[in-house]
Amino acid sequence: MERAFDEMHDGERARRTYAAIAEWLAQTPVEQLRRKSQEAELLFRRLGITFAVYGEGGDPERLIPFDIIPRLISAAEWRALAAGLEQRVRALNAFLRDVYTEQRILKAGVIPRQLVIGNAAYQPLMAGFVPPGGIYIHISGIDLVRTGPDAFFVLEDNCRTPSGVSYMLENREAMLRLFPRLCARHRLARIDRYPEHLLAMLKSVAPGRAGPDPTVVLLTPGSYNSAYYEHCFLADEMGIEVVEGADLFVDDQDVVYMRTTQGPKRVDVIYRRIDDDFLDPEVFRPDSLVGVPGLMRAYKAGNVTLANAPGAGIADDKAIYPYVPEMVRFYLGEEAKLPNVPTYLCEREADRAEVLARLDQLVVKLAKGSGGYGMMIGPHADAATRAEFARRIQERPADYIAQPTLALSTVPTLTEEGIAPRHVDLRPFVLFGRDGVTIVPGGLTRVALRKGSLIVNSSQGGGTKDTWVLEEPPGGAAEAAAC
Amino acid sequence: MLSRTADSLFWMGRYTERAANLARGLAVTGRMASLSAALGQEGAEWRSLLVASGGEQGFLERHPAITPEAVIDWLLHDRSNPSSILSCFEAARRNARAVRTALTVDMWGALNDTWNRLRSLAPGETEGEALPAFLEWVRERVLLFNGAAQDTMLRGEPWLFVQLGTALERADNTARLLDVRHGWLAGGATAEYAQWQAVLASLSATRSYQWVYRDRLDPRRIAELVILRPELPRSLVACFGRVKELLEAIATQHGGRRGECHRMAGAMHAELAYGRLEDILAGGLHEFLTRIIRRTAELGEEIERFYIRPGAG
Repeated sequence: MERAFDEMHDGERARRTYAAIAEWLAQTPVEQLRRKSQEAELLFRRLGITFAVYGEGGDPERLIPFDIIPRLISAAEWRALAAGLEQRVRALNAFLRDVYTEQRILKAGVIPRQLVIGNAAYQPLMAGFVPPGGIYIHISGIDLVRTGPDAFFVLEDNCRTPSGVSYMLENREAMLRLFPRLCARHRLARIDRYPEHLLAMLKSVAPGRAGPDPTVVLLTPGSYNSAYYEHCFLADEMGIEVVEGADLFVDDQDVVYMRTTQGPKRVDVIYRRIDDDFLDPEVFRPDSLVGVPGLMRAYKAGNVTLANAPGAGIADDKAIYPYVPEMVRFYLGEEAKLPNVPTYLCEREADRAEVLARLDQLVVKLAKGSGGYGMMIGPHADAATRAEFARRIQERPADYIAQPTLALSTVPTLTEEGIAPRHVDLRPFVLFGRDGVTIVPGGLTRVALRKGSLIVNSSQGGGTKDTWVLEEPPGGAAEAAAC
Repeated sequence: MLSRTADSLFWMGRYTERAANLARGLAVTGRMASLSAALGQEGAEWRSLLVASGGEQGFLERHPAITPEAVIDWLLHDRSNPSSILSCFEAARRNARAVRTALTVDMWGALNDTWNRLRSLAPGETEGEALPAFLEWVRERVLLFNGAAQDTMLRGEPWLFVQLGTALERADNTARLLDVRHGWLAGGATAEYAQWQAVLASLSATRSYQWVYRDRLDPRRIAELVILRPELPRSLVACFGRVKELLEAIATQHGGRRGECHRMAGAMHAELAYGRLEDILAGGLHEFLTRIIRRTAELGEEIERFYIRPGAG
């Protein structure tokens, strides 16, 4: 693994984007930063901004550690990222529409048919059905990593029910409260209109008959879900109801209603934060207690819109991921602006041989995993763990993929040993509605708080930072350099 | 509003009120027990409170005898008692968490901070000499929560359901706290000044009595004050007046849609508003209070049937 790219420093000097941050850090005693850090924790604890981890003992309601040193992205860097994200999401969406209708990409032999049709994430129930506006991926979170000044890679697409956007919004609120002057010294691109964009997008994909003011609700699995805080936060910001499965019912006309104190009220759009499998016990898992019986009937009758569409998970499957650049070429006739990380599918014999030979250099992941569980970082693993993974890969090759261990970029972070570099990634959130693609500048920066760790997941001891996309002053970049 | 939201708000209101009233009851009983220990009657005090809290049977299934320590533990921290102060706050917070979006930050903060403190309590902080201060703190936390609701909550349907829960629970609790000492008020027993004081103290009504009557304590006046005087916010008539008013306000928001709960609330309020103390005492105070407690429970069921679980499906 090569040396990680330091986003703030170029040798001894601070990069221009980080000039004011470097000055601030140089002038502020660490004790003062620690006090601010404690203040931030109190703030988050008081507001109940927690995520739930059950089944591991200890307090199930945990705080995601928040690091008070922001992560900065220049206007030019962001422009390039945003263009790449929009392109990627449009291609993924076109892929979904295609595999559930004409299957041109499979007929053309660009992606092996079996990899798609035989995939557990492929939803046969969606075949032949096109949701309103032809939109499947209404909300996505695309995980990016950086290894150099202009080197950003897509690590993973999240097209099902990505979470984390509430932390993006709350982190900014916390920074504005803790460091108003530092914020004022930067031209921060605003992110606070995300909920407004989200609601407008959801309304834009309502079924035609819903009229000008459709009823939108957020469907949550309930307060034991790890992202429950986020569900409530977003619904609150949008002024819509958070409903659980039992709050909804489908009548014999295949219309969805919610139970209210005034009797049943018709529902037009459901922003669902429940996995496909649990959506409707009539057609998916019959033991689901969080779903709504008959929901798929209502959906396919065109009486309600589900965001994201069921079956969208085939687009973010780790076995499909290596083909995304091909999709961009196939559907858009363009080259991918954001590259993939080279990926080995252990299912392919040649790939598998290569992976087994280089286990000490690669990251091995479960093709179906998420949250940083069940993965191995080769260079950090001991011989026994590597042997164990070699055995598992040989036993169930289709379950594993591998990638080179990337030297994720670092950003200065307040740690027990003082300010030190820690590895980060970035999850921007992309909204896609009838009016096109909207991306609020930035996203959620996740940081691996343990020294040397590359795992940024909150369930594995990761934290978050506020992400500042800097706007250019009205006169453009030249003027910015002059000030 | 979602029926489930109404459910959570209603019960959040009920559980916070229940916790505060239990704290009032415990504080007064603790004081009375200290005073009557010399007479060897402290056991009776604790038994009365246990009966009034409705948990005597559950208690006796787990404890061989009624001792002050066991009763205090049962009413304070025992999670197997659904109405212990700890269980009440846990349930109130669970309900609040389920409807976070319907609450203001201040209301949530008041409940959440209370819960975080409660579950990290060291054993010594609720025992012996520390008990009165702890009970005072519980009362204050509920006052803070109610104040946060009063000062910050939008006056829409969610507000009405929280208030409805509080008012209905308060009616029930007033009847129960009164029933603990009904024997001292019915006139048959020996006059016992301390017991009369205890009745008023358990309803935070000592000073109110003085303002209304400007005279020494008298059992009939106490009964009148806490049952029939609308000026006292915890009196039965005031509580049912509030319940009726809140149900009417909800009906108005819903274009006049009404059900059995509206009729019952109106009837119960009318009975108290136009009732006479002599009639109540003639039929037996305990019998009267028992009937009020039963009808309050029925009213609660009707409210749930109409707004929360229509057709139970």
